[in-house]
Amino acid sequence: MNEVSDQPRRERNVPPIPAMQVPASRRQTSEPHPPEPVLRTENLTIQYGRFAAVKNVTMEVSARRVTAIIGPSGCGKSTLLRAMNRMNDFVTGASVEGRLFYCGEDIYRAGFDPVELRLRIGMVFQKPNPFPKSIFKNVAWGPAINGFRGSIEELVEQALRQAALWDEVKDKLHDSAYALSGGQQQRLCIARAIAMQPDVLLMDEPCSALDPIATARIEDLIDQLKSQYTVVLVTHNMQQAARVSDRTAFMYMGELIEVGDTAVIFTMPGEQRTQDYITGRFG
Amino acid sequence: MLSTLGRFKERTIHAALFLSAAVSVATTAGIIWVLVYESAFFFRCDWSLLTEFLTGTEWTPLYAPPHFGVLPLICGTFLIAGGALLMALPIGLATAVFLSEYAPSSVRSVLKPLLEILAGIPTVVYGYFALTFVTPLVLQPLFPNTEVFNAASAALVVGVMIIPTISSLCDDALRAVPRSLREAAYALSATKLEVSTRIVLPAALSGVMAAVLLGLARATGETMAVAIAAGMTPKMTLNPFVSVQTLTGYMVQVSQGDTPAGSIAYQSIFAVGLTLFTITLAINLIAHRVLRGFREAYE
Amino acid sequence: MSVAPGIFVPRLQRRRRIGTAVATMCALLSLIGVLFLGVLLVRIGKEGWESLTPTFLTNFPSVLNPEQAGIKSALWGTLWLTLVTVVVSLPVGVAAAVYLEEFARPGRLRWFIHINISNLAGVPSIVYGILGLAMFVRWLHLGRSVLAGGLTLALLVLPVVIIASREALAGVPKSIRLAAYALGATRWQTVWSHVLPAALPGIMTGVILALSRAIGEAAPLLILGALTYVAFVPSGPMDAFTALPLQIYDWIDRPQPEFHRLAAAGIILLLGILLPMNAVAIGVRAWHQRKKAW
Repeated sequence: MNEVSDQPRRERNVPPIPAMQVPASRRQTSEPHPPEPVLRTENLTIQYGRFAAVKNVTMEVSARRVTAIIGPSGCGKSTLLRAMNRMNDFVTGASVEGRLFYCGEDIYRAGFDPVELRLRIGMVFQKPNPFPKSIFKNVAWGPAINGFRGSIEELVEQALRQAALWDEVKDKLHDSAYALSGGQQQRLCIARAIAMQPDVLLMDEPCSALDPIATARIEDLIDQLKSQYTVVLVTHNMQQAARVSDRTAFMYMGELIEVGDTAVIFTMPGEQRTQDYITGRFG
Repeated sequence: MLSTLGRFKERTIHAALFLSAAVSVATTAGIIWVLVYESAFFFRCDWSLLTEFLTGTEWTPLYAPPHFGVLPLICGTFLIAGGALLMALPIGLATAVFLSEYAPSSVRSVLKPLLEILAGIPTVVYGYFALTFVTPLVLQPLFPNTEVFNAASAALVVGVMIIPTISSLCDDALRAVPRSLREAAYALSATKLEVSTRIVLPAALSGVMAAVLLGLARATGETMAVAIAAGMTPKMTLNPFVSVQTLTGYMVQVSQGDTPAGSIAYQSIFAVGLTLFTITLAINLIAHRVLRGFREAYE
Repeated sequence: MSVAPGIFVPRLQRRRRIGTAVATMCALLSLIGVLFLGVLLVRIGKEGWESLTPTFLTNFPSVLNPEQAGIKSALWGTLWLTLVTVVVSLPVGVAAAVYLEEFARPGRLRWFIHINISNLAGVPSIVYGILGLAMFVRWLHLGRSVLAGGLTLALLVLPVVIIASREALAGVPKSIRLAAYALGATRWQTVWSHVLPAALPGIMTGVILALSRAIGEAAPLLILGALTYVAFVPSGPMDAFTALPLQIYDWIDRPQPEFHRLAAAGIILLLGILLPMNAVAIGVRAWHQRKKAW
């Protein structure tokens, strides 16, 4: 698994199999005072019909950190992610037990408005899905619908700058979004989500449909975004989790096996299954 | 290994199947041939008759001298087809939106078959309903000057007739819009209505347009309901409350009546048929073009 | 959080309320069609019910005596026509579909035939009448017979049969064909023994829908010159005929209200044949789709 290394800013270790190395910048121990959790699950179980995709998961997501959820295919990580902004409401037959708190409020309680939740928790999907509109309208659509009062051009520019896309599109804002490359489209989707000024950004395998160069750019982007947003990242790419995240949760068959600081998880995992997954024994 | 007899049998079967498929090509060829050939008889290489046909505004084949301007028939056809579309488009689209975005599956499983039943009712029944119910009990109380035979009642029932067509095609178009677009919109804190009307519907627009065109083609070709309800007096008018005649209505009138076969009035049926065929063919071809473009965008 | 160049006023309550209002409006509009259907059936039922007597079914139509008139000739005429239609359109339609789906190589020829069928499906039925008039009545000298009428209707519904059969054939999983080929079957043997039986429900649905369309058509038969006053039952395919929709049309055309009641009775009979047919077709399709979901 060689990676294109044209990134001068940060040292990258190409992880050989089976031993895993964590980049030097990440090898710090956890901070003495972890910040207040923004998202917290408590015995969360999500079932599709009779199949339990997420079983009894209790974990926390800290503010302004990147939390990665890793695990083999089908382990429930996407389901868990989608539960956080109630996107699994759209799956027929999905039922949720347990609780999920956002800033202390149980978002699955009766009467809670999911549309309002999504104002604060944005999402970027696996395959870039820009609207069949212009680049400008893609970014401006969400704020316009939600009653943005102010300069929308500035908002669009700010979002595109934060998504590291402004310089590439500033001259063609009114061209169709479909004229962009895959990586650019995904950055556009990130800009679109950021334009809503969310607290939390949920990213569901955002790089899995992209080539390595585009992937590297988005990983850099995630690193920058963390200063303003809380990021929860689902990825099947362990090395990506090691590179980018501060905390990592490992899931297997719907259960949360282990969660902790990234450096710890990847060097001294507590559970045998985590160790097996990381060293490539399965998955 | 296949024996010679077996191979022969296989070949003959292949040929028989091909011939069956070729029947459709023969049908198209036959239709075009008959219409063009007999229309040629009608026009008898008379350019002035052709010009009058295409541009004249009087259609009086049985008068002396007869006038053969087809525009009043076309006007009647489109008055009714247009009126039908005016009614069927909002209802069909609303039905499609309701069925695909809002209705629970229990409602859907009842409503969809009901619409199919609506589509299966023969047109004579609609004509009867227009004449005996719509005109006397709906139109005449509301608009007292409505004649017994009028375009509005025909337009109304033809509209109901094409609602299932438009609704099912729009439903297909809405469903073709990928889920990922809807998810993206929901994730941006949009309500269901906003997702349906501001993302899904615009994305499905060319599919909806194709639905409109196909509905229009169907309404144009509609015969019995129109013949019963709309009357037999060709006019150039936009007034829906008077009797008009359509291309199809005229063809029915001639074949029913005492017009002597072989006379020029009788031959006019073919010229009118050719006009009708050309119009519906053109609309159908455009519609399929639009539909193919729409499908390619989402494959 | 960075400083935003503005603020959000989401007004979710208001947007939600508008959404509900529009959804309700869409629901009401969808019900208009159903409402129309209901009113139509109730009114026709009321107007025609009394005239629907056993003598109605066994008498011939009478211009002078509406009370004595019956629909026997039209009923038998429709039955005869349907017989001819199905005998012609079923084999030809299924054979054409088999050719297009199983035998033809993808290319210009197949595309051309496909385009033809799509266009034919959109041609108004009255034009088929003209074709029938020229081809069957005159050129083949079949006269105004059941055969001419049945052939015309068969051509009319052929595209329906072909399109439905093609869909049914395309829905058969490829694995069935591959398994048969692997056992050494020829293409035709595969189709005949394995693919066609699997596609049968879909084909049946298509044929039933096609027939119900043919039964309800009057325009092409009028162009053929079918008589509307016929006081006998056809005894062979070369006999003259009338049909249910034609008789109904004839009665509607008369100004006297007694004939309108007869027309209503005829419509009840016609719908009594067509609605169950459509229901069976829809039912077969639903059953088959549920089975396939396995």
